[in-house]
Amino acid sequence: METTRLIMVAVGGQGNLLASKVLGEAALISGVQVRMSEIHGMAQRGGVVESAIVFGEATSSIISDGEADILLGFEPAETLRALNRCSRETKVITNTATLPPFTVSIGKGVYPDVENIKELLKEKCASLIAIDAMKLAREAGTPMSVNIVLLGALVQSGGLSFTKENVIEAIKRRTKKAFLDMNLNAFELGFKAAAQS
Amino acid sequence: MHKLLNDSPGENIMLLGNEAIVRGAIEAGVAFATTYPGTPSSEISLNLFQISHESDLYFEYSTNEKVALEVAAAAANSGLRTFCMMKHVGLNVAADPFMTLAYVGVTGGMVILSADDPSMFSSQNEQDNRYYAKFGNLPMLEPSSVSEARDMMKYAFDLSEELKQPVLFRTTTRINHSNAFVTFGDMKSRQIKGKFIREPLRYVTVPAVSRQLHKKLLEKMNTAKGLSETSDFNLIKGSGKFGIITNGVSFHYVLDAAKDLDIEENTKILRLGFSNPLPEKLIKNFLKDCEKVLVIEEGEAFMEEAVKAFAQEEGFVLPINGKSETLFSRLYEYDPAMVRQKIATYFEVEYTPKEKVSLENIPEIPMRPPNLCSGCSHRATFYEVKQAARDMDIICPTDIGCYTLGFLPPLNMGDFVICMGSSVSSSCGFGQATDQKVVSFIGDSTFFHSGITGLVNAVHNNHNFTLVILENGITAMTGHQPHPGADMERFGLEGYGQVNIEKLVRAIGVEHVSVIKPFKVKKSIETIREALEYKGVSVILSQEPCALYAKSIKMLTSRVFKVSDKCVDHRDCVNSIACPSFYIEDGRVKIDADTCVGCAVCAQICPENAITPIKK
Repeated sequence: METTRLIMVAVGGQGNLLASKVLGEAALISGVQVRMSEIHGMAQRGGVVESAIVFGEATSSIISDGEADILLGFEPAETLRALNRCSRETKVITNTATLPPFTVSIGKGVYPDVENIKELLKEKCASLIAIDAMKLAREAGTPMSVNIVLLGALVQSGGLSFTKENVIEAIKRRTKKAFLDMNLNAFELGFKAAAQS
Repeated sequence: MHKLLNDSPGENIMLLGNEAIVRGAIEAGVAFATTYPGTPSSEISLNLFQISHESDLYFEYSTNEKVALEVAAAAANSGLRTFCMMKHVGLNVAADPFMTLAYVGVTGGMVILSADDPSMFSSQNEQDNRYYAKFGNLPMLEPSSVSEARDMMKYAFDLSEELKQPVLFRTTTRINHSNAFVTFGDMKSRQIKGKFIREPLRYVTVPAVSRQLHKKLLEKMNTAKGLSETSDFNLIKGSGKFGIITNGVSFHYVLDAAKDLDIEENTKILRLGFSNPLPEKLIKNFLKDCEKVLVIEEGEAFMEEAVKAFAQEEGFVLPINGKSETLFSRLYEYDPAMVRQKIATYFEVEYTPKEKVSLENIPEIPMRPPNLCSGCSHRATFYEVKQAARDMDIICPTDIGCYTLGFLPPLNMGDFVICMGSSVSSSCGFGQATDQKVVSFIGDSTFFHSGITGLVNAVHNNHNFTLVILENGITAMTGHQPHPGADMERFGLEGYGQVNIEKLVRAIGVEHVSVIKPFKVKKSIETIREALEYKGVSVILSQEPCALYAKSIKMLTSRVFKVSDKCVDHRDCVNSIACPSFYIEDGRVKIDADTCVGCAVCAQICPENAITPIKK
């Protein structure tokens, strides 16, 4: 089986660790081998959280710079920051809703223009899906479902080797019952929005 | 029931490396476990802590790693299967018992886990703790994957019992913090009470005894070497003229690289999992048929130096390389592409790496360093100390915890930190060696860990500094573990003592002790000023629960603040405390209602009183 390498970048608190768990479960359901690596520790302190997920036959659990097949960014500036993980063949999916770091508030940096970020990603990588996952998450009923909206977009991108149904089943198994309807809704909204992106 | 307690052999489940390690220990029948929490080992202890609440496993968060290892050493010598885990630098703290426990040995199986952190994702150094195994003469096991970590942990207890020696189990962050499927095995039953057999000529390490014990230790290591020679964890894959010797996570990078480079046909890989004592005969035999050999190991040239020595003994003249200018570095962790590239270079295999995207014309992206949380009391304390000391030439030794982040702008409160507890002892030195005012910071958990002895030293030697103890009631950085000053009822647990830091500090003999509530800004600044002006040792206790923890146990209900029309845009709030709840919109300061917890520190700083609570 081919190897697919996925990098997810997010800001602490955006729920990318749960998104990894859902993808791990989806892999289990689909009979696909998977290894994931996370950087913990500072996640709750507003830093960048990165997960590397390797599906298929490769046995390593991390992904080298330039070797991600898919980059899924939960925040546009973080997607851009992770560009060093990409090659010309990388499919990029990004949220367009910004979370400016506090360094911007204290005047230690300028937040880049989102349209410019989109242009750069499109120009340098194989393809780009850019959606306002925050808006869709609110539409689904909770801003907490940004991660699931983005999973919908990820499945739409066609980069993964398992079916939409299996990811939905994984969401059912791995997310809290109280949020299930909202999450399924969020997934569907992300899936559809990505088709039009 | 805790998922790692399921007696369901054959169950296939996605586990974090640290969970797989716990499962291995549980399957081995571990009965007694101790630790001081430290990333990347923290989830091991967290899971054992949870498991201890629903089983007869004994688990404790000890005061520090030395204490943890000594507590565990007694249990292991009462015949219990015992597990003591820590991060790599923790083993420095535990090095004293470690070195002599090796002489004494154990009767019940004992595993000491060191979680090393190449690349220093959350550590102050990247020391290679494999040397501890060699230094102390302990057998060492190193897994290469999450599922192997489970298997190896289970075996480690058997190995320890066979040799009557503690076993060092060495991981790296990429084992601890990776996830993969693990298949559950059978569970051994736990023996939770043992018996200590009094045998002073074995256990009382006076010189005459230790001279005998050292001899025995070397004999045991001879036996261990025999086991290492035939261990399934020292495995050879493939055959051919290219030899690669590797360990840990690098093994998988090597396997992937051999496939990607299409050199599997002529490459022979020796993976050393039982890596102290090294299997001398196995390595010598491996070298015999190779044309050239590459040693691939993160960290120091631990295996490489030994392999070269073995080759020399046999008179082999084949090239053996590893760490060099053009090959592997002693710095940082490795990755698959780097390993692939170096293998291609060394064995002269054609290889064109994937073209990375060009990072030209990428605008500068603002940094996103980790930050103290919204409503973190440390931020308030730092601000207040800064205000109280504004006309003083100060040095701020700090310590290891969330509050280390206080060294970042705009707080800039942190000038020197080398290890746990160093804030207090280094303050003694700075106070004596300079005429600058020394004001240092230490968290409550770190104070218990290794700050107390420094403070005793300060009182005895009449040093001159102000120590701020940041008392938030919890070990926050590593994920809210309790410490000796924590209120265990908040964990829903009974039967624990609680050490009162203020009484302790007074009992040590500190004469100037004051307490502040850091969210009362003006009063705190006055109290701090008074302490700073005191000649001698003064201690300030800054008492306020960790906001993140208080939120998680619903002890804190947020009272959200907003910036009102009275704001004239001084931005004193943003510029002096940089709380992550602030953001700028259309050139105006705003407060994010989703994250503000209502500590009201900014409201007290604003010269226009423009920051006010939102009325419900």
